[in-house]
Amino acid sequence: MIEVQGVSHQIGKMPILSDITLRLPMGKLTALIGPNGAGKSTLLSLTGRLMPLQAGQIRVDGSDIGTTDTRALAKQMAILSQSNPLGSRLRVRELVSFGRWPHHQGRPGPRDAAEVEQALHDMDLTPLADRFLDALSGGQRQRAFIAMTLAQGAEWLLLDEPLAALDMAHARGVMARLAGLRDAGRSIVVVLHDINHAAVWADHIVAMKAGRIAAEGPPSQVCTAEVLGTIYDMELRVMQVEGKPLVLHHL
Amino acid sequence: MIALSLALTGACAAYLFWGLGPKWQFVLSLRAGKLAGMLLVGAAVAVATVLFQTVSRNRILTPQIMGFDALYILMQTALVASLGLSGFASLTAPVKFAVEVAIMIAASLALFSTLLGRAGQDVARLILTGVILGVLFRSAAGFLARLLDPNAFAVVQYASFASFARVNTDLLPIAALLTCAAICAALWVAPRLDVLALGRPIAVSLGLAHDRLMLLALSLVAVLVSVATALVGPIAFFGLIVAGLAHEAAGSGRHARLLPMAMLIAGIMLVGGQTLFERALGLQSTLAVVIEFVGGLFFLWLLLRGRIR
Repeated sequence: MIEVQGVSHQIGKMPILSDITLRLPMGKLTALIGPNGAGKSTLLSLTGRLMPLQAGQIRVDGSDIGTTDTRALAKQMAILSQSNPLGSRLRVRELVSFGRWPHHQGRPGPRDAAEVEQALHDMDLTPLADRFLDALSGGQRQRAFIAMTLAQGAEWLLLDEPLAALDMAHARGVMARLAGLRDAGRSIVVVLHDINHAAVWADHIVAMKAGRIAAEGPPSQVCTAEVLGTIYDMELRVMQVEGKPLVLHHL
Repeated sequence: MIALSLALTGACAAYLFWGLGPKWQFVLSLRAGKLAGMLLVGAAVAVATVLFQTVSRNRILTPQIMGFDALYILMQTALVASLGLSGFASLTAPVKFAVEVAIMIAASLALFSTLLGRAGQDVARLILTGVILGVLFRSAAGFLARLLDPNAFAVVQYASFASFARVNTDLLPIAALLTCAAICAALWVAPRLDVLALGRPIAVSLGLAHDRLMLLALSLVAVLVSVATALVGPIAFFGLIVAGLAHEAAGSGRHARLLPMAMLIAGIMLVGGQTLFERALGLQSTLAVVIEFVGGLFFLWLLLRGRIR
């Protein structure tokens, strides 16, 4: 379980997060939703120790992220941020191989190679494995980064908008794959912009607004016209399709 | 890699043994000193540039463009100005050098770690800041030099205007020691540098102690640039050519391969070039000019081709 306790964050004088206390359940697919600037990415980055905590405490399965050795944490959780500018020119397979770094520290073995091939296969990248990343489209690059995160084999996966730049087919493919990992026992936290992906695939939704938790619960409770309407400040309709909420926000 | 090693050995042999006169013992010892100096400088500049480019995640920057060597010259001048001529002269070479390197590390860490931390993604700002810092350091050194009396100024001149033709051989032992130590450290962390090159978010997610490694790499850069500047004076674009060629030749971003490659290429260019100019063409001290010229063109080419990253 990820326990967030009294976390606040400011950039300059701007409060980004105000006193967040939250528990993210283990073995579930949790979606973080909310309008732009709600603090979703900041919360995810803080949890993934990409930024130093200013106030409060975050524990991942009991280990405090501020005091636990970062190498040990890398085996517990993998985080993928929104944009990943690379300093070196890499092939897809080389990038994905870096996902095994926490396990081999520079000396890959046969098991690492097998995991890499599996991750490439899962993200539909085997035909592209020997292409350079800068010769790929945005969506293909995104899949390569997700594959690297998968190869890391951590208990927790923290993904910041993994569906950005993906086409419909691959977006659904990635969500299905994440659901598959959840079924295999992993815990996943994902920032989503497409509310319907959250409604269909997530077990647990945390909705944020202006640096606070606005609503929390299973999709059936959070994805209602009233709750979402207040969060996004807009009118929308919610229908039920095959027992799942479907948000009509386009018209 | 093997071909490059052979080429370097050939170049060294040609430099040492081509056209030895009757007084060969004397000539040979003179040449050996210069050869050692060039090899050290080549290796130091090569590794410093590759490290700096990895830390800044940028393929057109070199420590020299960012004003590292100007910082060294400024420090030389400041040392003479504050200690006075007799104080400066009374320091033995190793002590002086050790103090200088220590100050260099502190100063460059203070300056560049904050800079790279905040503006790391913003290439234009990074280059601009570097150019401005370079000018600032050079002007400050120039200002201090004008305050010195002529004798002290001559000492500063001697310390800061070495060249490939006139290597500061009295610094060789300590320089060799520092360079070898720094290069060994760089090779030791080479696999971690590969992860560092992936960018901070990914490196942290993979469990790399990112900020600590960055400080280590910057310290190594400071040591190596100090050594190179002390031995042959400031050279701006040499590292750029070397790192660029090494990246092309290595074909992958793996530092365990990249670093030796860059060192070999640097050695071949310096020793081969010096042999060519000194022996074949009979010219003195033009190598630095040619390298700067070609390096400058290479820099422009990189800029124009848009290969900023």
